Amino acid sequence: MRVTIVGAGVAGLVAAVELAERGVAVEILERGLAIGERACSWAAGGMLAPWCERESAEQDVAVRGEAALVWWPKHIGGVEQNGTLVVAPRRDAAELARFAQRTERFERIDGAEIGALEPDLEGRFDAGLFFREEGHLDPRRALQALAARLGELGVPIRFGVTANPEEIDSDAVLDCRGFVARRDLDDLRGVRGEMLLLRTSEVSLSRPVRLLHPRIPLYVVPRADGLFMVGATMIESAARGGVTARSAVDLLNGAYALHPAFGEAEIVETRADVRPAFPDNLPRVVRDGRVLRLNGLYRHGFLLSPALAGEAAAAVFDMLETPDEADRQRLTA
Amino acid sequence: MDFYGVPIRSRLLIGTAQYPSPAILADAVRAAGSDIVTASLRRESGRLREGQDFWTLIRDLGARVLPNTAGCHSAKEAVTTAQMAREVFGTPWIKLEVIGDADTLQPDVFGLVEAARILTSDGFEVFPYTTTDLVVAERLLGAGCKVLMPWGAPIGTGLGLNDVYALRSLRAHFPDVPLVVDAGIGKPSHAAAAMELGYDAVLLNTAIAKAGDPVAMAGAFAHAIEAGRAGYLAGPIEPRDMAAPSTPVFGRASLA
Repeated sequence: MRVTIVGAGVAGLVAAVELAERGVAVEILERGLAIGERACSWAAGGMLAPWCERESAEQDVAVRGEAALVWWPKHIGGVEQNGTLVVAPRRDAAELARFAQRTERFERIDGAEIGALEPDLEGRFDAGLFFREEGHLDPRRALQALAARLGELGVPIRFGVTANPEEIDSDAVLDCRGFVARRDLDDLRGVRGEMLLLRTSEVSLSRPVRLLHPRIPLYVVPRADGLFMVGATMIESAARGGVTARSAVDLLNGAYALHPAFGEAEIVETRADVRPAFPDNLPRVVRDGRVLRLNGLYRHGFLLSPALAGEAAAAVFDMLETPDEADRQRLTA
Repeated sequence: MDFYGVPIRSRLLIGTAQYPSPAILADAVRAAGSDIVTASLRRESGRLREGQDFWTLIRDLGARVLPNTAGCHSAKEAVTTAQMAREVFGTPWIKLEVIGDADTLQPDVFGLVEAARILTSDGFEVFPYTTTDLVVAERLLGAGCKVLMPWGAPIGTGLGLNDVYALRSLRAHFPDVPLVVDAGIGKPSHAAAAMELGYDAVLLNTAIAKAGDPVAMAGAFAHAIEAGRAGYLAGPIEPRDMAAPSTPVFGRASLA
């Protein structure tokens, strides 16, 4: 049995690991010349926050997302499990109350407890929510670690190859092209996201911090070497292009409100990309002959790709055991 | 009731922002029974063509789209956004917002009147988001607006009708102008109260989009608005200070 995966973003790499570990011969085709070069996963936050996400997502995200907290530490190093901290400026206390109403599995903490968790935020907030069980990772390191793991498993990644999934001669094809698959998935749309990478040595955080605001909620995710990812806008548009001035102002204002030292930080990178989403903002596996399309991960690439990969692997085995008529002819030819 | 000659069946206008997903938005619009949905061009489009999938979703809702100029901070910016919206949606309707203060999202009424004048003379049919100020309302009508949309409370606050006296006097001053309470509504009872004041319709977004169950909340608002309107038409009793027994007391000894 041979399976070809098109796309080496988080969806494709995680699915490849799942299949290869179950003994399937897998190869990956990627149009970019290096891991992450053309993948929207490269702009991700890397929060493994199934319960926080419940604030704006359906229960399904929490249920399927919980698997990520097990899957990632099992497969790569560097996954932090320090929880998520949610805070709001004093005047936006109602936002914190609303967040608490919509989510679960958190503790309410006061200013002193916030200071104990994140000493640099001491005295800045009176109240917060602490989601102890959540985690985070550095998406770029994670993708590279998966690629290395696939090397160990003998899975080749062929870069610089633009392939049409329908035309690939394998027993099954996983289409993990993200928004590029728009022309084959009528109800897929793009949701633009913009992020900044800041560097400062004046603040240190041990976990992602979400700052609630009625208009511009944002999160700051700490990474190694004094880097902080600040994200992310959610705009109903498939425009790529650079980060707009307005979005940069919003993100910077938010970071500054979290800690004034971010005002002195170096802007290391700005990036905009397009999240592929279905109308219900939930990912799914769509079967199209021998092609299984894994798509619609929306803002939950790292959170939901393990669950989606599991579903895709089950569909691959199911498909190969019960091929439809056209496939059966091909398989026996 | 009609807006600029277009007969309107539902008195609940809803915004399309901030929903958990487009699927939930579509279900909420159905549950609300709205004929009109508002959409913010400025924030959602980026470059117009790329936003098309979302616009297709909005158009497929089957409701008339009232594009808005949300997030515009000057008359000029609002006029440009309105012109873009007319191209995208092919409608002369525009909900005109000119924001004067970023914290309260209070309308800049001077910029509003100026933009309304420019847009109506350019063929637009303007729905101005304004305060409850009577003189500003007069100026907006003078600028060619045929609908007024005073706020209940600042956008997104959910405080309800902050100044009932002012809303009541607007209604009394402009008995024949369609009046829509726009913004500040938090609960169905707020919407019912606006309708009981004789307002023609209510426009809201956050109260439904950010509710625990947006679809159920959309239905609740639809009922509240129907109830408030029916109550207004039925002629409520006048409040009074002394109790008035609802059963006859004739023949009972009275101590008074």
